[in-house]
Amino acid sequence: MLKTLDELEKKAMLELTGATSEDALNELRTRYLGRKGVLTQMLRQISSVTAEERPLFGKRSNEIKESLSYAIDDALDKLRASRKDDVLLKETIDITLPGRALGLGHLHPVTRVSQEICRIFARMGFTVVEGPEVETDYYNFEALNIPKDHPARDMQDTFYVEDNIVLRTHTSPVQIRTMEKMKPPVRILSPGRVYRPDSDVSHTPMFHQIEGLMVDRGITFGDLKGTLTYFLRQIFGVDILLRFRPSFFPFTEPSAEVDIRCVMCGGRGCRVCGQSGWLEILGSGMVDPAVFENVGYDPEEVTGFAFGLGVERIAMLKYGISDIRLFFENDWRFLEQF
Amino acid sequence: MKVSLKWLRDYVDVDLEPSALADCLTMAGLEVDAVEAAGPAFDQVVVARIISVRPHPQSEKLFLCEVTTGAEILPIVCGAPNTRSGDTVALARVGATIPGGFVIKSSRIRGELSEGMLCSEEELGIGEDNTGIMVLSPDLALGMDLKDALGLRDTVLDIGVTPNRADCLSIIGIAREVAAITGKTLRYPEIEVTENSEEMAGLTSVSIMDPDLCPRYTARVIKDITIKPSPSWMRARLEAVGLRAINNIVDITNFVMMELGQPLHAFDFRFLEEGRIVVRRSRENEHFISLDEKDRILRSDTLMICDGVKPVAIAGIMGGLNSEVKDDTSTILLESAYFHPPSIRRSSRWLGMGTDAAFRFERGIDPEGVVRALNRAAQLMAELGDGTVCRGYIDQYPRQIETVKDIPLRSKRVNEFLGTHIQAAEMVNILKKLEMTVSQSDDANCLVTPPTFRVDIAREIDLIEEIARMYGFDHIPVTMPGAAGTPEGENDGQIIESALRFALSGMGYTEVITYSFINPESAGQLGLKEGDPLRDFVKIRNPLTEEQSVLRTNLVYSLLDVMNRNVRNGCVDLKIFETGRIFFRNKEGELPVERPCVGGLITGNRYDGSWHNKGVSADFYDLKGCLEALFADQKIHPVRFVADSSQLFLHPGRSCRILVGQESLGFLGEIHPDVLERMDLKNRAVVFQLDLEALRLYTKVKIDFKEVSKFPASSRDMAFLVPVAMEGETLCRTGYEEHEVLLENVAIFDVYTGKNLPEGTKSLGLRFTYRSTEKTLTEEEINEAHNRIVKTMVEATGARIRGE
Repeated sequence: MLKTLDELEKKAMLELTGATSEDALNELRTRYLGRKGVLTQMLRQISSVTAEERPLFGKRSNEIKESLSYAIDDALDKLRASRKDDVLLKETIDITLPGRALGLGHLHPVTRVSQEICRIFARMGFTVVEGPEVETDYYNFEALNIPKDHPARDMQDTFYVEDNIVLRTHTSPVQIRTMEKMKPPVRILSPGRVYRPDSDVSHTPMFHQIEGLMVDRGITFGDLKGTLTYFLRQIFGVDILLRFRPSFFPFTEPSAEVDIRCVMCGGRGCRVCGQSGWLEILGSGMVDPAVFENVGYDPEEVTGFAFGLGVERIAMLKYGISDIRLFFENDWRFLEQF
Repeated sequence: MKVSLKWLRDYVDVDLEPSALADCLTMAGLEVDAVEAAGPAFDQVVVARIISVRPHPQSEKLFLCEVTTGAEILPIVCGAPNTRSGDTVALARVGATIPGGFVIKSSRIRGELSEGMLCSEEELGIGEDNTGIMVLSPDLALGMDLKDALGLRDTVLDIGVTPNRADCLSIIGIAREVAAITGKTLRYPEIEVTENSEEMAGLTSVSIMDPDLCPRYTARVIKDITIKPSPSWMRARLEAVGLRAINNIVDITNFVMMELGQPLHAFDFRFLEEGRIVVRRSRENEHFISLDEKDRILRSDTLMICDGVKPVAIAGIMGGLNSEVKDDTSTILLESAYFHPPSIRRSSRWLGMGTDAAFRFERGIDPEGVVRALNRAAQLMAELGDGTVCRGYIDQYPRQIETVKDIPLRSKRVNEFLGTHIQAAEMVNILKKLEMTVSQSDDANCLVTPPTFRVDIAREIDLIEEIARMYGFDHIPVTMPGAAGTPEGENDGQIIESALRFALSGMGYTEVITYSFINPESAGQLGLKEGDPLRDFVKIRNPLTEEQSVLRTNLVYSLLDVMNRNVRNGCVDLKIFETGRIFFRNKEGELPVERPCVGGLITGNRYDGSWHNKGVSADFYDLKGCLEALFADQKIHPVRFVADSSQLFLHPGRSCRILVGQESLGFLGEIHPDVLERMDLKNRAVVFQLDLEALRLYTKVKIDFKEVSKFPASSRDMAFLVPVAMEGETLCRTGYEEHEVLLENVAIFDVYTGKNLPEGTKSLGLRFTYRSTEKTLTEEEINEAHNRIVKTMVEATGARIRGE
């Protein structure tokens, strides 16, 4: 009988290796281990086994039952795992194909630079203030110490709407409007569109300016230098060389142009800096007492400085753009680079 | 202003290299825009020596010479009578250019080879002598460039003189600055007029009728003049500073203007009727032919110089053709005057005559320099024009020209203002270098009188500027202002604008910036009717082009223009937006109304043309979805989209107004096909425009947090049959009108028209979501609420439940 058991085991194991499908394995299990299975049948015949053989017979048949059951489970596991692998393999994709574009939009370079500038000055306590783009002659000129029939008017060609209404030529009128409304201390920044009738590689009839104003007791020319030095180092890097050079604006005195070492040639002289090695980057100066008087501030009590810069100019230098008109052509191939 | 260094050196010694001088001037406020080499108009002319001279076999007037340059010996044919062996001469070699643009070539002159040309002064444009070739000093090194040998090279600085520095519009003015900066001594030209015995007073008179416009007029009469070309040194100086040499008299007036900054005018005395000068305003519409032969029609406020009968010059701007100096002029009346600066500016602007004279008068000349210039010119006319100067001069000075005296200066104030520690003595020193008179009242305070040519200095602050400029901006310490004010950074409007920009760009829209001005014809292209408020354009009086002659009243046209431009470049899929103002005309004399807006446009395919998505055209709902997201982002609620066909440039069946309560935020819609056709655009486009101020009004900065329910939601789906024209939102809204607290949301999840539906109807699939914040709802509770809501919806809208 024991011999029969051994043969049975051998046969079952042989059949097991031939069973390659889940169905075949289940059938195998039923045929050997099921209630009516071969092994079960054999166990039922234990009564016909001799008494001395009986313990061994019982032990062996249980062993066979266990090992067969384990072997079938194992085969099933392997089979399932390999089938899962097959499925995953079939699901393989070409990961080199481009991703589904979310198509992020782009912010205009003028906006990018303008925001950067505003953030730098916000850290120094400057508040953003806006004003009308169409202005009266008074706010655009007169209040800024630029009387009618004064040669200083030549500095800015002007678009006229009426005799006394102009498209603002700078954002400086916002200074006046702000000071008329509030008492010192004042720290404002006024970004916006400005207009001058001019059109070539370095001029467009509309461009963006940021004007700043600080007024308080005891503000000095040294403070002007400090504030603008901090700003320019923030925007062009701490290594930037700069110089303050006397100039003239009707609404500031003393007035200073601020130049930076040419970012293109490093000062050797190139087309961008007109061989001078320096780039004019902003205009500034101490607020002229006449301007304070126009807004009812006492120039003996308070002093202050103002500055103005062209956003496109800074953007051109930062990004190496050579034609200002590109900013307003809105060509996709230009815009998508920002 | 152009400044010749050679000329400058007549008045001040300059040790600096031109580039160093340029830096000094720039750092003192006289920005040097360019440093250019200048000099006579010849090239490759060298010092040479004649070794031998023999007669030309074919000509009695020509000579055959052997000429050495030190390096080589050249055969030259020369016709000058003074050709002499052993002389040092100027040789234009083969390849040289001489004035007039002539290029010297190797040639045969009457059969004899000539490898260059020996030049006369006149041929080189450096002198008048044309009687023979130049004979140079025998000490000059052979082969040396003639310009170096004779020191003919010049350097011209182009200086951008700011409008306040009228005193620097002359060579002497620049020399004065150079002297002040470098500490050298300024040398004024020596002026000595030799007069004859004839009294000028007997010859002519000057009457000023309008002293407000002409406070001072001086004149001299110079007789026996010979009109001829100016000497080459004067021509060279004038040409170096950009003026054309004409004849000795005209050149002298220009020379003195450039030298001293005082514009002058010379009249041919023959043509002055009654032999006298009358200064008066023109008569309205008076005609006058100026020197440039243009017929000018004058306004009544233009100041004219007249003779006894007629105008002979536009004061301070340009002379008249009728009294011009001619080749046979022998007596001139020389004018040197001071005119009211604003008046000259008004006239020159109005006449469009920005002459060198007007440029100086309108900035303000030295009122006390008038006579000096008169005398300087008279002196030169005698020297260079063979003239005799009549005795005396007329100086009509009916109205005192204000000059400033005794400006108080507080040294403490200077240092407080600049943030410096400059000693009072140093301040005084600086001011004195600038020719100011300083009277010391005490250690810390003084009174300063500027020289009369410094018309820009009247106040203490003007003195502070001078001190700062000469002390050097570079030497002023760099400090930071103390903390003050309340740091706010961006204001509300800015914050919202930034948020919108980020949200829109995050949703795939790219920012554009277009001009605020547009073409007035855009109104027609957009199909706007007469009287449409969008036609209330603010017009620019002096536009650069007609296409940029009005301010825009909407962003739509600008966006379409960007679309147009890009489509032409082959880029047809666009999602763009812009923030900017629109402008509406107001009453005359009042500022226009400005509204900050944001507008956007989508056209072409919804997605990029990659392998994922092929050809799905963007439509109304793309842009609507984008706006809904924007409103959600800004917590603007509730927003209604109300169908509207009032914007004529939008598709009447695909456009809407956007409302919060009764307030309009803007519009959204597809561009009308007619507009596309008029603009020659093929693809459809959807646009929106929102008013930023209205948006800001409804933006909730504060977020109201609501407790999240711990209990599960249940939903019920139901399809309704409604007429095609019924808006989905109408149906949904009635669902909410039952005010059932358990109803969390009603959403349209399906829209179907077509087969199996009755004609003229559509099916809307709605998903109702129910939830309690207090418990898990039972089936019965949900059904009770749901049935009640559906019943209300059916009754209120006439919708039918599909499948019933």
